Amino acid sequence: MLEIKNLVVQIEDKRILNGLNLTVNKGEMAAIMGPNGSGKSTLSYVIAGKEDYEVLDGEILLDGQNLLEMEADQRAAAGVFLAFQYPLEIPGVASMTFLKATLNAQRKARGEAELTTPDFIKRVNAAAQQLEIPKDMLKRALNVGFSGGEKKRMEILQMALLQPNFCILDETDSGLDIDALRIVSEGVNALRSPDRAFLVITHYQRLLNHIVPDTVHVMSAGRIVKTGGKELALELEATGYADYRETEAA
Amino acid sequence: MADVTLMKTPAETALAQAFESAKTLLPGNVESRSQAFELFTQRGLPHRRVEEFKYTDLRAVLRDIAPFASAPSADEAKAALQAAQALAGVEALQVPFVNGHFVRNAVDLGALPEGVEIVPLAEALASGHDWLARLSPVKWASENPVYQLNTSFMADGVMIRIAGTVDTPIHLRFVTAAASAVATATRILVLVEEGASVTLLETHESTDGANHQPNDVVEIIAGDRTNVQHVRVNAEGDKALALSTLALKVGGEALFNSINVVAGSATSRHQVFAVLAGENTNLRVNGATMLKGSQHGDSTLVVEHAAPYCESRELFKTVIDNEATGVFQGKIIVPHHAQKTDGRMMSAALLLEEGGSMNNKPELEIFADDVQCAHGATCGQLDEDLLFYLMARGLPKKEAESLLVQAFLGEAVEFVENEGAREALIGTVEGWLKARA
Repeated sequence: MLEIKNLVVQIEDKRILNGLNLTVNKGEMAAIMGPNGSGKSTLSYVIAGKEDYEVLDGEILLDGQNLLEMEADQRAAAGVFLAFQYPLEIPGVASMTFLKATLNAQRKARGEAELTTPDFIKRVNAAAQQLEIPKDMLKRALNVGFSGGEKKRMEILQMALLQPNFCILDETDSGLDIDALRIVSEGVNALRSPDRAFLVITHYQRLLNHIVPDTVHVMSAGRIVKTGGKELALELEATGYADYRETEAA
Repeated sequence: MADVTLMKTPAETALAQAFESAKTLLPGNVESRSQAFELFTQRGLPHRRVEEFKYTDLRAVLRDIAPFASAPSADEAKAALQAAQALAGVEALQVPFVNGHFVRNAVDLGALPEGVEIVPLAEALASGHDWLARLSPVKWASENPVYQLNTSFMADGVMIRIAGTVDTPIHLRFVTAAASAVATATRILVLVEEGASVTLLETHESTDGANHQPNDVVEIIAGDRTNVQHVRVNAEGDKALALSTLALKVGGEALFNSINVVAGSATSRHQVFAVLAGENTNLRVNGATMLKGSQHGDSTLVVEHAAPYCESRELFKTVIDNEATGVFQGKIIVPHHAQKTDGRMMSAALLLEEGGSMNNKPELEIFADDVQCAHGATCGQLDEDLLFYLMARGLPKKEAESLLVQAFLGEAVEFVENEGAREALIGTVEGWLKARA
């Protein structure tokens, strides 16, 4: 599904990704772990299409399509979804207005008809209920005054509505208490399907107790340095990233 | 003392000639007009070295004076009103003016909603109506050259009295339909009696392609415990030079909420002069201005807290595309006795492209020592991170920009209580954004 080959990326002359290779298959739940500054968030932004980054080499293919040639909105319509580590607040845009605009923009880009309002509301309500998002939250401006947990739940709500086929979760567990972590994880697990792949970026094993990965990749200094099964996450929790930092130095 | 001959610009000379030939033809007392024109003449057309006109140099902009419009024929008026669109869908009592003249046959003055009285101004001036004594309630306006020109040339308008709760909004529709450039000077006086409430809508439209020069004044005297909701829309033609003044005197324990939305004119200047004359009054004055091309939009505001315990909120939002220029000048005055005043003024501008400019001049003049007053002014571009967030959700760049601009202006528009008007204003914003895309 997603294939990244020899990706080299810099921002303001600082090399962040250094020949990164990664493959995520259909239906797979892949996790990326790694120390601060290893380039995990950069990787998520580059896949989603943020403009600040300079791609010097390599390619990112989603089902064979070259994502690097597409604008961020085109990538979204092609099925890429990034759940932000820090979801942005948009004063003056009601959450419902925002959800409808995004859903219809993607449908339009794919040549599908716009949703009718009752159909849209039905879908939102169903997803909101599962994520324990109260209705009055949806009437408020997007993310404005939301707690950290509410913002993350809103990200997963968007994911549930947009039904992307490649989902990136960038440190979705940061800022979550135990209950919110459970709700968010259940929301993600409900979306697991044979046609959909996930890339879960996290520092901690904790999230992976709830969202059980098929594969775990360790990232260091802008590269994937080790790949294993879910037991690799447990191993890292016990030993820390020290071994991989040495790799960095070497 | 030696005679001093003042140098006049051609436009000032033309105005003087126009006034000489019009003053005896215009309705009412020649003397009061002459006094106003004399005051105007003493300083002439304001230019950039006059502080209040530093960013809108009327001497430079107003080079040719258009002839003052005569009253339209019944057919002309009808056609003009049919073509007018601004807030047209909002259910309201329509009070129309075409080419600066009240369209008398469009309103049944004998069958107005309960609590509403309307007197045509031209007749009132000719007959010396009692209410005329209440014109010009705000000195900040009387000292202003644009206002003085209106007083000199005012040809028509209406005086409205509101008593009790009037549920039907009153829609003052100003339409200039002349094919070639005309000047108009319309005057409205609204007397809102103690305890009364009303929604006033004001729309200003004119034909594209002609250098129309409307100069409108709306004066509102609102008594104690009144509630006035005021919405004004500038949808003037693309070549218009639109000057307008809102002069307010508000009593105690009252609510007054005004917004001016600018979506038209080549050059516009909207002046608000507000005096809070009674305690515990709550005033909100907002602005939402959309400028593109080489448009110039000026919002100038003076709020005098003449009584203690009042609260005022001023929020002006300006969106500037291409090489347009925005101006905000706002002054809050708090005399020494107006303790416990709470005033907050904010001007925020969004520049969509390089080349646009915004001039912000907030001022506070505070003589009381127990007050809370604040002002702020910002200029910025659309937030790149927000744009990325919206695009990452599938919105194409232009749509993402439009959503953010709508949200930006929406913060000023959301205070409009009348739902129909609020929706129509949001529609105006959407229309402006669509034309941009």
